[in-house]
Amino acid sequence: MQDAVRLTTPLGREDVEKLRIGDRVLLNGIVYTARDAAHKRLVDLLHTGEPLPFDLEGQVIYYVGPSPAKPGRPVGAAGPTTSYRMDAYAPELIQRGLRGMIGKGARNDAVKAAMQEHGAVYFAAIGGAGALMAQSILSAEVIAYPELGPEAIRRLEVKDFPVIVANDCHGGDLYEEGVRRYARTA
Amino acid sequence: MREIHVDTIASAVRDLCIRANTELGEDVLDAFRKALEREESPAGKDILQRLIQNAEIARTEGIPMCQDTGFAVVFVDMGQDVHIVGGGLREAVEEGVRQGYRDGYLRKSICHPFTRQNTGDNTPAIVHLDVRPGEHFRITLAPKGGGSENMSRVTMLTPAAGIQGVKDFVVQRVKESGPNPCPPTIVGVGIGGTFETAALLAKKALLRPVGSPHPDPELAALEADWLDAVNDLGIGPQGLGGRVTSLAVHIEMMPCHIASLPVAVNIQCHAARHKETEL
Repeated sequence: MQDAVRLTTPLGREDVEKLRIGDRVLLNGIVYTARDAAHKRLVDLLHTGEPLPFDLEGQVIYYVGPSPAKPGRPVGAAGPTTSYRMDAYAPELIQRGLRGMIGKGARNDAVKAAMQEHGAVYFAAIGGAGALMAQSILSAEVIAYPELGPEAIRRLEVKDFPVIVANDCHGGDLYEEGVRRYARTA
Repeated sequence: MREIHVDTIASAVRDLCIRANTELGEDVLDAFRKALEREESPAGKDILQRLIQNAEIARTEGIPMCQDTGFAVVFVDMGQDVHIVGGGLREAVEEGVRQGYRDGYLRKSICHPFTRQNTGDNTPAIVHLDVRPGEHFRITLAPKGGGSENMSRVTMLTPAAGIQGVKDFVVQRVKESGPNPCPPTIVGVGIGGTFETAALLAKKALLRPVGSPHPDPELAALEADWLDAVNDLGIGPQGLGGRVTSLAVHIEMMPCHIASLPVAVNIQCHAARHKETEL
């Protein structure tokens, strides 16, 4: 396999345009966590014209609800949740400047189209490897919706967080290509 | 008559919650190692290696292998000569879940279906009770994650559909689930009974050690055949393409109504967690 590319957030359009499906990436810098309930709130804010808890421009959202941190640790287990549940909200966020998403599982056509139009990337992390992935998280701070518990928005500082490009901004889809390569059914 | 105090039950459930979420079974780890030998995709091999590494970190550091520490599904197999003292059985199980999810730093993932308000302590638990003659008291705790549970389905086929119809449903379900349930998965198949027992059989099928064939050779042959069919889909580890989509297909079956052929597919992610204890 190719060597991993190291990227630091926030990401520019030019960073994203260089990426192709299958590329292994080590993410550094800040990523924001949000899953179902937080996405609904973010999009509600966009609809009422109110400010978001963080500026979307160039940012990466990680679809994760970590388990509670043990004393002395920034975070508990922190692997990705399934992304299709955020498909209803993602295009609007991409349109407003969101540059990357980390999750697991395939995205729908509307998300893929928004990624191509506005230059965004979708990274797959390893689902169910939450203990391993937590080792790449240096700090975690709840910045919005603490009442949502695991679904609160957290600002994570990550170091060499391992992901793979699942959908690039050129229309590539690793889920479709990978399965096509190994399928044996007619 | 044997007496068991509710505090004993709560304490046992507490420990099972923590152990199930931090100690992946040797059967699953063995299945990963065997899958590594079969997997041809470089990304798939890399993922399998990381899953083994993840399980080691979880076990040695005492943190959950997956942040989705699940719905606490509890099977209580109890002798009818056991007398529970000090309170109610269900309350004791829920107290154990409350303590386990608090003390083990496990995620609380249970909420109101519409308001999505979190219950805050991962209760209620799902309790399946089986009472038979004797004085035994066995608890099996299987935390079930949302991602793989969401991909599970029950259907009522016509009797004419037969074995082929059931196989098609199972394979189609795995195909449509694609990467979502965190492959490599274990596919629990419940056949027969009624609508709800088919689902329960499918869930119970997931408790068998991974890859151990059904004692009935005919069902064992179906398990092997359906596993091949599922792996021919090419979904692979994490759905990124590969030879190992599922580690095992486990079938449980019982008689059904002359008008029916109920089938349930309960998909289990690779974090195939369950622990049991005998009091």
